[in-house]
Amino acid sequence: MKSKFGIKEVVAIGIGTALFVALTEVQIPLGFIPNTALQPRMALMGFLAAVFGPIVGGIVGLLGHALGDALFYGSVWWSWVFPEAVVGIVIGLFAAKFAIKDGGFATKEIVLFNIVQIVANAVAWIVVAPLLDIVIYAEPANKVFAQGAWAFLGNIIIIGILGTLIAIGYSKIGGKSSSLSKED
Amino acid sequence: MSRVLSYEEKDTWIHRLSGVTKLIFFLLWSVTSMISYDTRVLLVMLVLSLVIFAMSKTKWQQVGTVFKFIMLFLCINLIAIFFFSPGQGTKIYGTETPLWHLFGHYTLTEEQLFYEFNVMLKYLTVIPAVFMFIVTTNPSEFAASMNKVGIHYNVGYSMAIALRYIPDVQDDFSKIKHAQEARGIEMSKKAPFVSRIKSMASIIFPLVFSSMDRIDVVSNAMELRGFGKHKKRTWYSARPFKRNDYLTLAFVILFVIAAFIITFRDGSRFYNPFV
Repeated sequence: MKSKFGIKEVVAIGIGTALFVALTEVQIPLGFIPNTALQPRMALMGFLAAVFGPIVGGIVGLLGHALGDALFYGSVWWSWVFPEAVVGIVIGLFAAKFAIKDGGFATKEIVLFNIVQIVANAVAWIVVAPLLDIVIYAEPANKVFAQGAWAFLGNIIIIGILGTLIAIGYSKIGGKSSSLSKED
Repeated sequence: MSRVLSYEEKDTWIHRLSGVTKLIFFLLWSVTSMISYDTRVLLVMLVLSLVIFAMSKTKWQQVGTVFKFIMLFLCINLIAIFFFSPGQGTKIYGTETPLWHLFGHYTLTEEQLFYEFNVMLKYLTVIPAVFMFIVTTNPSEFAASMNKVGIHYNVGYSMAIALRYIPDVQDDFSKIKHAQEARGIEMSKKAPFVSRIKSMASIIFPLVFSSMDRIDVVSNAMELRGFGKHKKRTWYSARPFKRNDYLTLAFVILFVIAAFIITFRDGSRFYNPFV
């Protein structure tokens, strides 16, 4: 895809980040492993990345997570901020394929979206996050891998259900204009 | 929104610093506390950040609720570290001084206590820096000064829009939530898990779609006003670097270098009092 960075992307990053931060508050606790929960904000980020591409996805993840943590929890856990950006970038790379804005988000795209998001989350939470935790914070390996695995599970569930539904819904609304074709 | 940190207008030398200075300070500060496991460095940092925090005249009411929240997370995390890996301290410091046998292979050792004390210190040193950055930095001034130090104004603008719209989006969120609750959707802990996810969706859908509309509206308005036409733009609330900015930056850079030298002098990032 062509990676253009125009006014729409600037605004999408801004408002996307604001949304992401606002949704930080909304969490559904997942078991007893500390600091992991079902986070609807992940679904939002997956959706934004799928619509606007890797730059928007990555920055919303990075900025949103850092800012959200800072505003709500007063500290920034950097080793979990970067994986968030990884998820956004990976999903965003396939943005053109999903064709959400053109109303083309059908079965094939839904399957692709979910495969991509599962791979992206696996890389981010089972590999990147625990490694950074160990390298940066020297936390016990089995603890961070357990946390990573929970985060992975929680995120693929929430993106898989909520993210997919938002994308389908938005594709239906946004797709109306694509029935017109440009005449030369 | 009561539980969230936000900027508050005050007149101290910290408030008068440029936003970029504070951002650089905050980033370097958190990187140092991330990397260093040297107890002495961390203790000095903790004391310093408390001093700076006091100088910024931040009131307890501004940060109290958030602080209690962090303490809760911190405790849970420390307990979790112990249960997942009671031998982590011994692994790091190389010695074992048992204090108290609990059960199974769970023995509380001095090394473990010391290691977890360091983890706690790392947490605590960053908190005042974050508080200070958020509470004393004016968002629009921050975007302007980011551009002043050479970052493209698109980035500054994204940042400004994000900070500007957080309260708006939160407002939308609670409006939609109240509207849905009025229609009989249960959002409290009384509802079972699955129906809570469902009711969550009934808030998030309208919120996301209205925000997507907002993205269109705002970007159209900016386009109409010719945003992005020129390579440069002027700022209303820009603040030039002053003497104090340079002093602060010089201080933090020197401090970081010193901290790294002290931390890595013996070849390890851990300060080991046990050998």
